Amino acid sequence: MGSGALFVAVFLACLVEAVEALTIVLAAGAGRDWRSAITGSSAAVAVLALIVAALGPALTALPLGALRLVVGGLLLIFGLQWLRKAILRASGLNAMHDEVAIYRTELAAAQAAPPGNHVSWSTVADWYSFTLSFKGVLLEGLEVAFIALTFGANQRNIPLAAAAAVSAVVIVTVTGVAVRAPLAQVPENAMKFAVGVMLTSFGVFWGAEGAGASWPGGDAALLAVVPAVALFALALVAALRLITKSLRVPATAQAHRP
Amino acid sequence: MTARIIALLRFCYDFVVGDDWRVALGVATALALTYGISATSIPAWWILPAAVAILLPLSLWRAARR
Repeated sequence: MGSGALFVAVFLACLVEAVEALTIVLAAGAGRDWRSAITGSSAAVAVLALIVAALGPALTALPLGALRLVVGGLLLIFGLQWLRKAILRASGLNAMHDEVAIYRTELAAAQAAPPGNHVSWSTVADWYSFTLSFKGVLLEGLEVAFIALTFGANQRNIPLAAAAAVSAVVIVTVTGVAVRAPLAQVPENAMKFAVGVMLTSFGVFWGAEGAGASWPGGDAALLAVVPAVALFALALVAALRLITKSLRVPATAQAHRP
Repeated sequence: MTARIIALLRFCYDFVVGDDWRVALGVATALALTYGISATSIPAWWILPAAVAILLPLSLWRAARR
């Protein structure tokens, strides 16, 4: 289960963040200058690759127990954040992530920004597009790089984690270039939910092992932890939907009262 | 320079701790409890699942009330 779960978790996490980053790069390119936007996003990808290449060997050199304690704790915190967001959106308490609306806002901001002075020695024609793309890709990618690093280091398989991340980026980039529009049809929340379940489950499993606990059944305990976390999160979605529904009904009834 | 260091520290805090600091504190406490109990003869594997069962609904409840 380890390698498969590693690939799926990193791939999905990267896919979600890459879709969000693509929206920003598209807005920067369409609203200002394509070449600068592509240069900015390429520079950010290079920085992310450097981070993974530099920190990867350092993390794998740590003793497994200490690594699992720290990484398990961090994955658990990240996982609970992803799950929290996904549950709030799925239950209707928070609005779903709308790539088209975000694209329109970013595009309007990019078009409204004043044109910068072109620096003669620079190959970047528009620094606004460059910076917007660079920041968008770097910030969206940082969490994924961290997930890939921690998952990969724990499984002693950073190349597989990197391969999962690269595959997701390639798929999103190729699709984005083909359609030249934000990927609004991607079920981002379902993927966020799945990643949240994986991160939380592995965080629980590795964190407990790193802290010195022994799981009943050893590694096979993961086969119970992952579905248990998923079912618990789905139950929370159902409970929150019921609560929001029951709160809305009296409010609507009160509004219609003569 | 100081402002940049503060901004970097703030970014690191937001990156690791996120929207709800109580979740991060709860996870750290649960890990410390697991470490302490695993040194005894009592099984400690259940503490982190129990922490998730408590922390996630509490965090959602706080977010829903806003």
